[in-house]
Amino acid sequence: MGFIDSHILSFMTFLPLLGAAVILCMPKGKDETIKWIAALASFLPLLLSVRLWFTYDRTLAGVNVASQFQFVEHYSWIPSINVEYFVGADGISMPMLLLTALLSFLAVIGSWGIDKKIRGYMALFLLLETGMMGTFISLDFFLFYVFWEVMLLPMYFLIGVWGGPRKEYAAIKFFLYTLAGSILMLIVLLALYFNTTNPETGAHTFNLLHYMSQNSHNAWLKGFDVRILLFLGLFIGFAIKVPLFPFHTWLPDAHVEAPTAISVILAGVLLKMGTYGLMRISFPVFPDVTVYFALPMAILGVINIIYGALCAMAQSDLKKLVAYSSVSHMGFCLLGMAALTPLGMVGASMQMFSHGMITAMLFFLVGVVYDRAHHRQIDGFGGLGVVVPVYTAFIGFAFFASLGLPGMSGFIAEQMVFLGSFQVFRTLAIIAALGIIFVAAFHLWALQRVFLGPLNPKYTSLEEINGREIFCLAPLVVLILIVGVWPMPVLDLMNASLLRLVDLVKAVI
Amino acid sequence: MFLGNLASLRYFLPEFAVTATILLLVVLHVVTKSPRSTASGFLSLLGVGAAIFLAGVAPAGAGRSIFEGMVAHDGFAVFFKVLTALATLVVIFMSMDSRDLAGRSQAEYYIFLLSTLLGMFLLSSATDIVMLYLALELVSIPSYLLAGYLKGQERSTEAAMKYVVYGATASGVMIYGFSILFGLTGSTQVAEIGRSLAAGKATLPMLLASVMVAVGFGYKIAAVPFHMWSPDVYEGAPTPATAFFSVGPKAAGFAVLVRFYYTVFAAADPGTGLWRLTSAVDWPFLFAALSALTMTVGNLVAVKQSNVKRLLAYSSIAHAGYMLMGFVLLSSAGIEAILFYLVVYLFMNLGAFYVVVLVSNATRGEEISDFTGLGSRAPFAAVALSIFLFALTGIPPFSGFIGKVYLFAEVIHRGVYWLAVVAALNSVVSLYYYTRIVRAMFFEEPKDASAIPVPAVSGALLVLLVAPTLILGVYWEPVARIAADSVRMLAF
Repeated sequence: MGFIDSHILSFMTFLPLLGAAVILCMPKGKDETIKWIAALASFLPLLLSVRLWFTYDRTLAGVNVASQFQFVEHYSWIPSINVEYFVGADGISMPMLLLTALLSFLAVIGSWGIDKKIRGYMALFLLLETGMMGTFISLDFFLFYVFWEVMLLPMYFLIGVWGGPRKEYAAIKFFLYTLAGSILMLIVLLALYFNTTNPETGAHTFNLLHYMSQNSHNAWLKGFDVRILLFLGLFIGFAIKVPLFPFHTWLPDAHVEAPTAISVILAGVLLKMGTYGLMRISFPVFPDVTVYFALPMAILGVINIIYGALCAMAQSDLKKLVAYSSVSHMGFCLLGMAALTPLGMVGASMQMFSHGMITAMLFFLVGVVYDRAHHRQIDGFGGLGVVVPVYTAFIGFAFFASLGLPGMSGFIAEQMVFLGSFQVFRTLAIIAALGIIFVAAFHLWALQRVFLGPLNPKYTSLEEINGREIFCLAPLVVLILIVGVWPMPVLDLMNASLLRLVDLVKAVI
Repeated sequence: MFLGNLASLRYFLPEFAVTATILLLVVLHVVTKSPRSTASGFLSLLGVGAAIFLAGVAPAGAGRSIFEGMVAHDGFAVFFKVLTALATLVVIFMSMDSRDLAGRSQAEYYIFLLSTLLGMFLLSSATDIVMLYLALELVSIPSYLLAGYLKGQERSTEAAMKYVVYGATASGVMIYGFSILFGLTGSTQVAEIGRSLAAGKATLPMLLASVMVAVGFGYKIAAVPFHMWSPDVYEGAPTPATAFFSVGPKAAGFAVLVRFYYTVFAAADPGTGLWRLTSAVDWPFLFAALSALTMTVGNLVAVKQSNVKRLLAYSSIAHAGYMLMGFVLLSSAGIEAILFYLVVYLFMNLGAFYVVVLVSNATRGEEISDFTGLGSRAPFAAVALSIFLFALTGIPPFSGFIGKVYLFAEVIHRGVYWLAVVAALNSVVSLYYYTRIVRAMFFEEPKDASAIPVPAVSGALLVLLVAPTLILGVYWEPVARIAADSVRMLAF
């Protein structure tokens, strides 16, 4: 256990990659074996994440202090330009790591029904998991960037090969948007590299923690105009991922065309990378610009909430509705973060965690009905509640969780965001709270059209949700309830780090 | 200071190896009377292998000027010799495998290929404008023949014709530029010219000369607006020759470009790793504009292509544009970035062309539609091609990304942000057209679903090209170090 414990983050990151390699070496016709290998390769990181949960010291903050990071591994990778393999976890990354491990495993189980080119599917999926894990553990900007980009390729293929009717369009749109964002990030990354120095060696550095100490910045990088430009470069890169209005147009296409399990990962984990990047890099490296742009960011957040909800209301496709609900929910994250209050920041992080679970449930459930009815038109159903009561119970639960019913995790997160932002942006918080009405409206209206009312005679013999599908959903139901009723364990996980982050940003005022 | 002719011979072994192989090929051609045998291919492999060995084992040290100052033997030249010979080696393998060339006289083809290689050796080491001009022609003339090698095919003949006309014009303009330089300074020695020019103040003739020489070199690296020949030549020439043109002569063109401009129109600042301009002629800005223009035109036109060879031709124009970014920065890190990029470009570009050879052997076509469903018809080749294409786009974890990082890094380091932004936007555009091929291979169902067999030898070569593309994307320190060591150039 000693070796595993000291490299636990690397194991979580690279076990899926190893699984992918094994799968690629499997002979033809071993589809069942391939699925089991994939399940194992994603289950082991989940086991390790449980170990992380129990061994993580909740009193250490991390953020900008290297010694307070946990499970750290720090090696030189390319000495001539000081690229390092520097990974570690703190309260910002911990919830994301747990979420990624859980959703990846569930997504593999949820992909059991895939019968087309299963080998390629599972190998790419595991590669994607490696990219996601790697992004959340990286403390070296170069390493972060590589992992960030590594996610693009498998995602492109997973949408493009296994997706729906307009898969080609959706895949390339996703790819072009995110690549445009990340190339901007690359320019910022290089500009940071050449204008900062490692205080110990005096050499240029990719170490994110060095970037956070303003002493490491040279005179050029201290110029406010320059900082604004660099911040915006990063911000656009992250905003495309979140996705923030007006960079969100790739999302509905990608979500609708992606296979179910990939939508789950896309909404459950990938969107969080954007807000994670803001917390991990933008805010602590450019605290002054963050404060300067706090109000515009909050406004963007509110636009996302309202605009996403209105778009969702207008959708006739159930999956598109869920996709736009993600746009709406991610707006809460940005609003909470932009408030720069402890409560708002914790609320944003909580929302990332909670929305990851809720949206995963929603996409799974949409996939379940799509597998059976082969369409997702909201008006093409009706009265399904009579035929598939168990399924209806699950989707009802998920919808209520999503609209923020008390007792479920979404309520906690959104309340914290409101409370946190109300102190700073009173009007915006009120507008956002009113936005909740729209959020509730499109959920309830969709629920009513699909499950209530007179039964559509086409679906009198619709098949009930099966055991494997329940297996994917049950853990999420339990977690959403636990966090909704007793959020302290999760809050403890992130409190120290997020308080440090707020202090760090506020210190410049 | 200069080594005499006899004493220089021992530094000329790689060139000897290539020359001896060419002569042997001629003899073999006459003696065996079976010009189609594969023996000539194997002989060329051996000869080029020997040249790489001889170039690689004799480290250049501080560098020498040999043959009375005609040729340099320095780290920079050795780097390019090994690089171009490696490209030739891969191209010989490809040629032995190509159906384009099967049934045609082989020996002559390899004679032209190796003559071009000899020319590239000399081009990357020439330090005298007469030598430089001869070397450039030695690269060009066999290239014309290679382009027109598919006798009886209209496209191939057209390619050769265009190549000759453009080539003759470009080298005519260039030699005019040389004559101005000679007239100004009275010397043919590159270093001597540089010193004389730095002392004088003849701005207008220098501007003329620098632009005219740029035409000749720009033609060799296919920079916009001197690129017009390349799509037609690339499309018409036998595919292995196309692969060769896109890497070998282009690399040698960059070698001579750097050596010439950094000696004649700039002077090194010792100890700083920087060069400074010796006159008011702002050629770096001229080339920065060319660089932006080259990558933009190359990428935008590539978007519309339906022929894969033509698409890769435009993409290689765009890549010349990226590499030019490193040239305009007047810093050794910029040149290092070019050298590093050339190494990764060698593998990814030759690899992409090699898959085109394999596919067109089976489908008889080079349109994107001929690649439809390759993912199921020849999975390994399709995956390999995807890796090459994504590497060309510059996406991690493939080597092309690291190449781009080095180029972008130095551009940003020197503060030329506008160029970095142009290049960044170009990368996004390039993703679009590279993925058109990927899309055809994996997202679309083929009309003819029969498997395309990939022979074991071809598969092995493909692995040899994929491996560096993957490995250099994850661990590239040794190559970066070699590139850094090779930047040492003679300038006395």
